[in-house]
Amino acid sequence: MQLRTVLHRRFRGDGETDFVYVATSAAILGVDAPTGAIVDAFATASGRDDEQWLAEQPDAAQAASSLHDLIDLGVIRPVGEAQAPRAQLPPMPFPLATLVLNVTNKCNLSCTYCYEYGEDRLTAGTGSKGAGKARMEDDTARQSIDFLLRNCGDRPQVSITFFGGETLLNFPAIRTAVEYAEQRATALRKRVHYSLTTNATLLTDEVIDFLTQHRFGITVSIDGDQKEQDRHRTFQKGVGSFATIAPRIQLLVAKNKERKGRSLGARVTLTAGAAPVPDTYRFLTQELGFDEVGFAPVTAGLGRTYALGELGYERLLREFGELAEDYIAAAIRGESHGFANLGDLLRELHQGVNKAHPCGAGLGLLGVSTEGDIGLCHRFVESKDHELGNVATGLDEAARTSFLQRAHVDTKTDCTKCFARPLCAGGCYHEAHVRYGDATKANLHYCEWIRGFVDLGLRSYGRILSRNPRFFARFETS
Amino acid sequence: MTNTDPVPPPVNVPRPRARILACNQKARQLAALVLAQRGDTRALTQDPPPTQYPYGCTTIFAPGWEVDSSNGTHGLCQPIERDLYDCYHTCYWPAQVPDGVTNAPSWTSSCGAPMQDWKSIDLVFP
Repeated sequence: MQLRTVLHRRFRGDGETDFVYVATSAAILGVDAPTGAIVDAFATASGRDDEQWLAEQPDAAQAASSLHDLIDLGVIRPVGEAQAPRAQLPPMPFPLATLVLNVTNKCNLSCTYCYEYGEDRLTAGTGSKGAGKARMEDDTARQSIDFLLRNCGDRPQVSITFFGGETLLNFPAIRTAVEYAEQRATALRKRVHYSLTTNATLLTDEVIDFLTQHRFGITVSIDGDQKEQDRHRTFQKGVGSFATIAPRIQLLVAKNKERKGRSLGARVTLTAGAAPVPDTYRFLTQELGFDEVGFAPVTAGLGRTYALGELGYERLLREFGELAEDYIAAAIRGESHGFANLGDLLRELHQGVNKAHPCGAGLGLLGVSTEGDIGLCHRFVESKDHELGNVATGLDEAARTSFLQRAHVDTKTDCTKCFARPLCAGGCYHEAHVRYGDATKANLHYCEWIRGFVDLGLRSYGRILSRNPRFFARFETS
Repeated sequence: MTNTDPVPPPVNVPRPRARILACNQKARQLAALVLAQRGDTRALTQDPPPTQYPYGCTTIFAPGWEVDSSNGTHGLCQPIERDLYDCYHTCYWPAQVPDGVTNAPSWTSSCGAPMQDWKSIDLVFP
């Protein structure tokens, strides 16, 4: 019978064991040299006849036993084997886990690369004003909470994320939503987790006190030191924002530490000409006191000068590799490290996440506009083309299901031969919309970057596993 | 599969090295599934490569056997007498009858109508 190794990626650790990432199942197997050689021997386009191959092996019994194991584990399979049909969608309506409330669409900064107000906006409206109401009213905030709790099924815990615009421009709505959610969740015996993204310009003592008291997961959008921050993250008259936010962040860090709050995250938008990633990481963690830092290449349509070109992505991957060395060293010592991109990737690799959709948008997560209109996520609210109902009148389940069917990874033929598919599944809907005008398309413009990054994750996984396998216990799900 | 333990053994423990280690959670789930299935009955199509199975075997599973409620065979959907020949010609249950291809090609020659004279079939000794 003709057998062939399925879509996979081989990688090494620090010891004698080699590894195989099996892209069809997202399993990671350690293999000794003879078993690795079998994986390689059958990794040809047309496959290989097993009996003929076994007859050539010096230790046929051992080879047959290993081959049988690899067949059963789905690493080597018959050529042309019929694939069991993959479930298109989980049972719908899928229970909600997270609701992102865009409490305002106004912002007090005018970052030059912003997808919300820049050249790549999805919504109508001009300047720093969105198309809908500038601020979410208290009633809409309360209706949103009711909507979430009505649609979360049996989940014992739900999450509410506040977003903007600059989120803290509408602090009253946040306070109203949290107080109402506490009251409703207590009655329903559910727990609520809060998080928020802010540019840190409006972090007053009162706000910091409220956020830390309710154990918010806080993410600050910040691009690095003064030079980095002030290049793109400016006030409307072009004045940089670093001098305003640095002292406020220090207050937040101190209070959060005092109250033993959740880990504090920085989110860095990477543009052409940005400082080296490891330098920015060290500045944000050591100088400003963030626990975690996540880096995201800027979302940009074609031809934007701030976009990372191909060379930019290459440089980025190299710098991610440098920072990964720090992560690996910490992990081998059994310590945490705040390089969030790599930490998230290692978690997904360890759990063996195999995605049918790139993210939870439309599934467990939805966004709500200032007027209560529901979108796939916070990036799509106020986009009339992607509306999924309103928190007052309910979710448009037909539109939701239809989108998810069209966005399933199996419909993205470009992804079928990619080993990174279980983790990427075609990438961000919003990115695809900005780039191709269709949210269900695969983001082909950053495939090489994703594959390079997943490769870095696999190599890091192998090296940590070889030296300190117990590190991964923190990522286990029950 | 020789080891589903996520933590490889320390190097100084004298035990044979595993050839395949299930490293992440998904691999461990798969390995547990495979180990649980081994030795169990399963459909032929689930076990590639199907090198151990006789050619021509039926794909249906039709237990019609022994006796009916009146202790006879006529009420059965598959009387034992016919079942006997099904084993022979269509390889329904090959372990139950002599090998008619090489070792006992004429073991049914004395039996023309098994529903009437199945008792005349020769004994075959391996």
